[in-house]
Amino acid sequence: MKNRLKVLRAERDWTQAQLADALEVSRQTVNAVETGKFDPSLPLAFKVSRLFELSIEEIFQDNKSI
Amino acid sequence: MNKLITEPGNWTDRLKKNTIRLGYWTAAWVITLAIAAFGPKFIWDYARLPSLLALLVNLVAGVCWILANKQNLRDLDDLQQKIQLEATALSLSVGVVAGLGYELLEDIHLIGFQPEISHLVILMSLAYGMGVFTGNRRYK
Repeated sequence: MKNRLKVLRAERDWTQAQLADALEVSRQTVNAVETGKFDPSLPLAFKVSRLFELSIEEIFQDNKSI
Repeated sequence: MNKLITEPGNWTDRLKKNTIRLGYWTAAWVITLAIAAFGPKFIWDYARLPSLLALLVNLVAGVCWILANKQNLRDLDDLQQKIQLEATALSLSVGVVAGLGYELLEDIHLIGFQPEISHLVILMSLAYGMGVFTGNRRYK
C-alpha cells in the first residue's frame, strides 16, 4: 500500500515526532508507515485521515487491483 | 504551515506507567516464586500450610503480572503490537517444538537426565528476545 504521509507531513512542516505524538504512536511507527514497511490498521488510518482533514483514499492508495 | 497541537507525553506517560507496573509485578512474581521454591527447605521445613500460602501468593502475583502484561500490550501502538505478536508466536512455537523434542530425548533414552522446565523457559525467553530484536530491526 502506498501513502502520501511523508508529503503531507512535510507540507505542514511537522516532524515525525510531532506526528507520532498527535497520533499517539511511536516515531518508529510513523517512519515504518511512511516508508511503506508497515500498513496501519483501519483505526489508525482514520486517525490520520481526521488529523490531515482528508479522506483515507486521499492519503492511502492500494497498489493492487483486486 | 499548520501548527500541530498535541499533548506530548500523554501516550508515552501511559506506556511508561504500564512498563513500571509490569516491572513491579514481574519482580513480585519472581520473588514469590523463589520463596515458594526455597522456603519449604530453608525456612519452614516443608510445613504444609506455609507452603500452600506461598504458592497461593505466587499464583496471585502471577495473575497480576498477566493482567499488567495484557494492559501493557493493549496500550502499545499497531506496530509495537505486531512486533510483540510475532515475537510471542516465535517463542511459543519454539517452546512447543523444542519442549516436546526435549521431553522425547529422555523418553527414548538419548539423554540420561530428567529434562528441566527451566531450560525450556530460558530457550523461550531467548526466542522471544530474538523476535523482539529482529522485529525492531525490520521496522527501523
